[in-house]
Amino acid sequence: MTTRLEIDALIDDPATRIVVCCGSGGVGKTTTAAAIGLRAAERGRKAVVLTIDPARRLAQSMGLTELDNTPRVVKGVEGPGELQAMMLDMKRTFDEVVLAHADPERAKAILENPFYQSLSAGFAGTQEYMAMEKLGQLRAADQWDLIVVDTPPSRSALDFLDAPGRLGSFLDGRVIRLLTAPAKVGGRSAMKFLNVGMGLLTGTLGKIFGAQLLTDIQTFVSAMDSMFGGFRERADRTYQLLKAPGTAFLVVAAPERDALREAAYFVDRLAADEMPLAGLVLNRVHSTGAAQLTAERALAAAEALEENGSQTATVQAETLAAGLLRLHAERMQIMGRERRTRDRFVSVYPDVPMVEVPALAGDVHDLAGLRTVGERLNAQHA
Amino acid sequence: MASTPGPEERGPDWEGVRLHVVSGKGGTGKTTLAAALALALAAEGGRTLLIEVEGRQGIAELFGIAALPYEERKVATVGRARLGLPAEPGAKQGELYALAIDTEQALLEYLEMFYKLGRAGKALQKVGFVDFATTVAPGVRDVLLTGKACEAARRKGPDGRRAYDAIVMDAPPTGRITRFLNVNSEVAGLARFGPIHNQAQAVMRVLKSPETAVHFVTLLEEMPVQETVDGIGELREAQLPLGGVMVNMVRPPLLDAAAVEAVHGDHREEVAQALGEAGLGGRSRKPETIRAAVEPLIDPLLEQAREHAERVELEREQRADLQQLKVPTYELPLLGEGVDLGGLYRLAGELKRQGAA
Repeated sequence: MTTRLEIDALIDDPATRIVVCCGSGGVGKTTTAAAIGLRAAERGRKAVVLTIDPARRLAQSMGLTELDNTPRVVKGVEGPGELQAMMLDMKRTFDEVVLAHADPERAKAILENPFYQSLSAGFAGTQEYMAMEKLGQLRAADQWDLIVVDTPPSRSALDFLDAPGRLGSFLDGRVIRLLTAPAKVGGRSAMKFLNVGMGLLTGTLGKIFGAQLLTDIQTFVSAMDSMFGGFRERADRTYQLLKAPGTAFLVVAAPERDALREAAYFVDRLAADEMPLAGLVLNRVHSTGAAQLTAERALAAAEALEENGSQTATVQAETLAAGLLRLHAERMQIMGRERRTRDRFVSVYPDVPMVEVPALAGDVHDLAGLRTVGERLNAQHA
Repeated sequence: MASTPGPEERGPDWEGVRLHVVSGKGGTGKTTLAAALALALAAEGGRTLLIEVEGRQGIAELFGIAALPYEERKVATVGRARLGLPAEPGAKQGELYALAIDTEQALLEYLEMFYKLGRAGKALQKVGFVDFATTVAPGVRDVLLTGKACEAARRKGPDGRRAYDAIVMDAPPTGRITRFLNVNSEVAGLARFGPIHNQAQAVMRVLKSPETAVHFVTLLEEMPVQETVDGIGELREAQLPLGGVMVNMVRPPLLDAAAVEAVHGDHREEVAQALGEAGLGGRSRKPETIRAAVEPLIDPLLEQAREHAERVELEREQRADLQQLKVPTYELPLLGEGVDLGGLYRLAGELKRQGAA
């Protein structure tokens, strides 16, 4: 038997300063993050929700109509606290980092370089890196007592944990060092190790990329050179922040094979990095008020009605009752499947606290909907 | 469950298309439907290549085989009969090959092919050049991936015939697909001339030709449909050839009418009576006992009907949004127990019946 994950206890605890929601795409991660932020605010916290790529109507429900990279107050919050929300603009966040670390002239050169433009808009990992950068900024601003972060729908589960390191090692990479300062590296010693001549290498690069491209890269890299230290340092700081007391990770999943397999991967990875896991939020779980009626009996009864008819009920009522019974049978089958999938996860991770959130019929479009999700995150149900 | 007899088999909608690109929001079953489409395309006896570009080994998992190397491997033999379609006895069987592209390998292969680098190639690998190239210019990576698919689509065997009759690419998700395919403009800012530029041009010619079609996988839910609508808009703007929309995990509609009716008007009494007569009251013949057993069921059953009706209505709205796109749409059933090989073949048969292949 698993422990129940108590979301209210988590968000009511003033020591909780950051809640990170992670999980594969399509499991309601962003909605969960928003609902937790709203609930925390309505229970008295001064909270901010950082969303990455919210559905349009979910964004609108929080009054986020434009991507302006700044937290805005969410109107309509009931209760003593306050909620702010923002959508991440990764390019702008990157630009801000550049502007913060380079003098105006150098910053201009970087921002205009085609490689910077490509990197800031599309580097696999830029979104993850910038989400973490923004989290670091929000935490440093210290205007909120709770930050709830949604994470990018990464292809490989914990890209956002790897992104800072990846960018760091990229910027420290040997190619970059070769391109920036072939003279400084001495060319010879580095090349001796590689057993090729510097000329051969740059010649090859030139052949592949074309000379103009190589010049662009070199300009870009040397302009960025002065900022590398800053980048690394910030990335390391954010990474440490994630491990610090006060941070809680929630893994969000749905009771489906693929989603729970991803969830298992997250749990393992968080443990390997010594990141504090609070528990698993299992969204979209089906339930019924008539669990005493099994799928088999419901189907048998539906067939009996359809074949034999009844003495007194009208044909219309028979069809209706048979339909209800078949619907119920379908529901019971879904529940059985979900339970088996869930149990497999639990048998491997019995120590991970879990909360099951009943499925909503439709999507969330307004604060009332988010509030309902928040209630369901905490309601006891079988 | 008995498979519902589908309508008459439709002729294929994508005659002349060699490269099928399949995109879709995460969680919609993109990889599954890409594989099903590849099977369907091979069913008439052709040879199909299924390509995976995101390094997830989704194909291997789907077919229950070991991780695929960077090499074209035969993963299935398929014919119409396997897909549950009428077949001539002894009809030619088709073949499905699969390939998981590894970016690093693809780059080195490409360099070797065009530049005969030899030792310098090894050195590039050593200094982390591949990482560098694909990091600083994600467009370069995309050119390599799409380039490999285009190469396979145009490849000819020694006999002068095409190596594959069709290529299906399990492509990046809807939010990134146009950027991914529009390699030309992606690298245009970086490489205005030179070899990368030329390669991008060549890839783009294939991608924009009538030999290519980009399909989208969606569910009848708001977010996936919205993303599909947005994705198709972007694709059209970039003048890339749009294929069809595959609506996945569609539930059987047989209960819809009952559910909708149940929530209109008060049928409580009649339902209670019918349930009692259906034997849910146990063995007793006493009306009170029967009623006592049936009573606690009624509200939950009606509540479930209300939820179902709400979903039916939402799905109707989503279907209407998809219809406005005016592209061929294929509906694939929800497979209760998850997708196993049997389910995959069933989906392939369904795609073929509806004219997607």
